[in-house]
Amino acid sequence: MRAATGEPRPVRAALILGALAWLALVILLPLGAVFVEALRGGWAAYRAAVFEPDALSAIKLTLLVAAIAVPFNTVFGVAAAWTIAKHDFRGKDFLVSLIDLPFSISPVVSGLIYILVFGMQGWFGPWLREHDIEIIFAVPGIVLATVFVTFPFVARELIPLMTAQGRDEEEAALTLGAGGWQTFSRVTLPNIRWGLLYGVLLTNARAMGEFGAVSVVSGHIRGETNTMPLHVEVLYNEYNFVAAFAVASLLAGLALVTLAIKSFLEWRHRDALAAAGH
Amino acid sequence: MTITIDNVAKTFQAHSALNGVSMEVSDGAFVALLGPSGSGKTTLLRIIAGLESADAGHILFGGEDVTDRPVQNRGIGFVFQQYALFRHMTVAQNIAFGLNVMKRSQRPSKAEIRARVEELLALVQLPGLGERYPAQLSGGQRQRIALARALARDPKILLLDEPFGALDAKVRRELRGALREIHDRVGLTSIFVTHDREEAFALADQVAILNGGKIEQYAPPKDIEAAPATDFIREFIS
Repeated sequence: MRAATGEPRPVRAALILGALAWLALVILLPLGAVFVEALRGGWAAYRAAVFEPDALSAIKLTLLVAAIAVPFNTVFGVAAAWTIAKHDFRGKDFLVSLIDLPFSISPVVSGLIYILVFGMQGWFGPWLREHDIEIIFAVPGIVLATVFVTFPFVARELIPLMTAQGRDEEEAALTLGAGGWQTFSRVTLPNIRWGLLYGVLLTNARAMGEFGAVSVVSGHIRGETNTMPLHVEVLYNEYNFVAAFAVASLLAGLALVTLAIKSFLEWRHRDALAAAGH
Repeated sequence: MTITIDNVAKTFQAHSALNGVSMEVSDGAFVALLGPSGSGKTTLLRIIAGLESADAGHILFGGEDVTDRPVQNRGIGFVFQQYALFRHMTVAQNIAFGLNVMKRSQRPSKAEIRARVEELLALVQLPGLGERYPAQLSGGQRQRIALARALARDPKILLLDEPFGALDAKVRRELRGALREIHDRVGLTSIFVTHDREEAFALADQVAILNGGKIEQYAPPKDIEAAPATDFIREFIS
């Protein structure tokens, strides 16, 4: 039987196969290649590449940077989205564009900005040197660059959601005697938790994977200022393909784990999600 | 509780929403604010509630000046046009919200809160719906829950913004009767906003007709019909 609004069977089959083939070519194949190449030298070579001291220090640095950038941008993103979506003030459009700025400029430029401001020849360079504060070619610079690049994810995710939800529920909470913090924690936050989770996961993925901006400010000091993506590049440039793909597979694995967590949470809370009408 | 509105004015970005409005609502009265859209009726209601601040003038509850008192401390119940139920909470949690956010020293016990929720569900004639989520209710049921939630803390004043605006005619008539009955039984002083002349005249003891940010006439429905004060009113009620 043919559905009233469907396409003929051959057309449907062709469309589905075409979509699957494209998906396989641009997403599954490269992802698979990472893991295949990583294990080409066998399990022992994989372990050796991952547990080598420079690799371990790159993993630690990446996790440290994410552990600082993600909470910071989560708090900032929620505050910014709340200010923009629930209040009227002059210069709102300007603030929205400002939040988008890191998306619209190249990551390399984002990194260069920090060199120009904090680098040796930069505005604050001499002052920082006098006070023995290292920012560029050190961990603080990497954190700053990552925070800058991942700035918009949470806010961008939440602004449309919070705007669509309006202010009615917050006002209702106020008329029922709730204070500002109670209103935020009991009404605003629960209403945005899924959008927030998604924004946090995106922020985390980008924080761990950022290459361009971090590459400019890091200085590529092995075992000190190399994050995982930078370490992969260094290994690759040294023709150490097995090790490069082994570390890359770890990065890809972290991304897959976050995706799995998100799917699991959605599955566990499917009833609440359906009831809330998401 | 009496409500005194004394020369209240409000301007939004160059255009004025209210130009010196004064009126007196006596204890136990059921008053309608009636007018075309843009007449300032919703703004006035929100100023009485404390959701909006007046640029000039005073609001008094029972003779006490509450102009600078924040909405949380005014002891009012407010029913929103689109109900504004908390979508992530069950009906029972919605109704209990006002009690659950009270300071620990004043908050009733869990058992008392549960009993109060049951009592309110019975009052709005929806017993047994406590475990549902707002998305699982019809429009009329949501409106009743919004009313129950607004009454949880025993307000003396109930404010309603277009309470029946989003409902069909049959449900609207049922709810009107229910609202009037609850108003009388609980002993509230109520003000509701509407643009529906028939609804205002059928339900309210006193009707204030607003136009262009001013009250054109404030009187019982019968008096307005018998003696319209201005040409605008004559046209508006015909």
